[in-house]
Amino acid sequence: MTDQTATPKSFEPVPTAPPRSQWADVWRQFRRHKGALFGGGFLVFITLAVLIGPYLWTVDPQKLNIRFKDIRPIYTALWDGDAKVNWAHPLGSDNLGRDILANLLSGGRASMAVGWAAMVISVVIGTVIGVVAGYFKRLDGLFMRFTDLVLSLPILPLLLVAVTLFRQPLRKNFGPETGMFILIVAIIGITSWMQTARIVRGEVLALKEREFILAARSIGTKPFKIITRHLLPNVLSPIMVSATLGLATAIITESALSFLGVGFPSDFPTWGKLLSDAVPRMEEFPERVVLPGLMISLTVLSVNYIGDGLRDALDPRIRGR
Amino acid sequence: MLTYTIRRLLFSIPTLLFISLIIFLLLELAPGDPMAQVPLTVPPEVKQKMREALGLGEPLHIRYFKWLIQFFWIEPQVFIDWLTRDTWLLGWLPDTSLSEGKLRVISWQTRSPVMDIVIQRIPQTLWVVGLAYVVGILIALPIGIYSAYRQYSVFDQAGTFVTMIGFSIPPFFTGPLLIVVFAVGLGWFPSIYDTTHVVRDWASFKIQLQQMIMPVMVLALQTTAQISRFMRSSMLDNLNQDYVRTARAKGLKESVVVMVHVLRNSMIPVVTVIALGIPSIFGGAIITENVFKVNGVGQLLLTALFANDLPMVQTLTFIFALLIVVFNLIADILYGLLDPRIRYD
Repeated sequence: MTDQTATPKSFEPVPTAPPRSQWADVWRQFRRHKGALFGGGFLVFITLAVLIGPYLWTVDPQKLNIRFKDIRPIYTALWDGDAKVNWAHPLGSDNLGRDILANLLSGGRASMAVGWAAMVISVVIGTVIGVVAGYFKRLDGLFMRFTDLVLSLPILPLLLVAVTLFRQPLRKNFGPETGMFILIVAIIGITSWMQTARIVRGEVLALKEREFILAARSIGTKPFKIITRHLLPNVLSPIMVSATLGLATAIITESALSFLGVGFPSDFPTWGKLLSDAVPRMEEFPERVVLPGLMISLTVLSVNYIGDGLRDALDPRIRGR
Repeated sequence: MLTYTIRRLLFSIPTLLFISLIIFLLLELAPGDPMAQVPLTVPPEVKQKMREALGLGEPLHIRYFKWLIQFFWIEPQVFIDWLTRDTWLLGWLPDTSLSEGKLRVISWQTRSPVMDIVIQRIPQTLWVVGLAYVVGILIALPIGIYSAYRQYSVFDQAGTFVTMIGFSIPPFFTGPLLIVVFAVGLGWFPSIYDTTHVVRDWASFKIQLQQMIMPVMVLALQTTAQISRFMRSSMLDNLNQDYVRTARAKGLKESVVVMVHVLRNSMIPVVTVIALGIPSIFGGAIITENVFKVNGVGQLLLTALFANDLPMVQTLTFIFALLIVVFNLIADILYGLLDPRIRYD
């Protein structure tokens, strides 16, 4: 702002607080939701941990060390003096001597990467379909019938079918890890866009009738420009809320697939894979089930709380009260 | 209402056909070869004959058409035959033999009709999943009602937190966790569901109850989380309405106001959500059945998938889709019946 505009005339009431931007308002409301704040903090923490962690804890998660196999986590020494613990493996090691902390970190990397990528795909598809169906009346019926059709597909069985059936060729073409990653991300993304599309369509239908869209159209704005410039910023908040939901479901779905044995190969651990690999020996080593399970649950819980907080913060009727 | 129902029923036919086509094409595109396990010493022309014996020799559209006929025409005939032959309901009718000599959908694993195997597996799934759903609803409704009535109270905060946890913890974690605590640590319940167990007397009924508790609880947690959230927000919508004030003003007891006036109106969306959730719980049961080794429908799908048994996978997936379509229809019709404000025409 220049000085001229900021200087008030003498008879006007002086605004005491600086003007607040919309996002500052949203942040202020978001901060008041304790669960959401905790969730946000935990999500940042876990993201940083899986991103930076492998550089700090440089043990190779795949390194086999038969001498140091089946080591319990360091905290078991608190109640069990005879437990086999070792500071070299603070969270213990598995039946082949692979370090569990390193595995959790690299597994988290895979799980989070799958979650984010699948979420982005599903949000993009959902937004495009929702906006197009809401804005272009001619395509509305077709697109929404299609959405209804996809909604009545049994998702988990189809996911299982698709993953088992397309595993081999993708692995052949892109290598076992990248192939699986592409397959799982694509499949989860393609099968979870429907809710976003429905919500976005509803919002766009309502927005389209507003005066500012009419004004934009009357000065000859092209439909594409109207969508990117006027519609998308206004449907951003429901998209963000459904994006958090999408992230949570994507992480859970990936873990479920890994748990059922159709996910990533064993030498490429994700949290779900670690959990399912540990289930047969969970009587002796419950921590190997509990640790990855806790990671999945806490991450999903925090994402859900963020979604809750965002929903409140982005709702202008609640905000500012 | 009737015209709406008929229209929806008619519309569900192309939906189901489309879904079956998608499933069929997905399985068709898949590179898996049912002859992959056959030894390499078998000459190719014999392999070709084996393939034809499995019904793989025909072109794509003919196979799809044949599957449709088998599923929609021959299987109902088999069902009618069974009704007139073995049941007390229609057993007094003369035995029919509509399906005699006709080829049913045959599983490649066992070479027996797919539907027979599915029907053998359905009771286990229904017992565990169905009971879990009922238990979940029974827990969820009071929680939802009370936390809405005392909004922001300690109970409400705790309830919201617990439902959030129920949302977030996946069943493949709660399952093993319960097994570690209750089956291994405390030894109260068996960790594996024994489907051959027959309930004869009180003692065997107790064993059945014990082995059902854990899978039912795992599934019920998910159901409870979803439905109590819905119940709470639906109650909250209604509690501030004018008719509630009127009811209080004319001197009705508080219990009558809440449990009759508010509850009835709040149940309308909840009932439809309950109907919509039934098919998805079948899908979720795949994981729970796998954790507790219940040999139900979900387990059947998994084993069929790993064994490349395409007719079984096709039929089962389609049955799941059929459930979704049917319960969507039921939910919409229920909504129209329960809420006089909704007019579909």
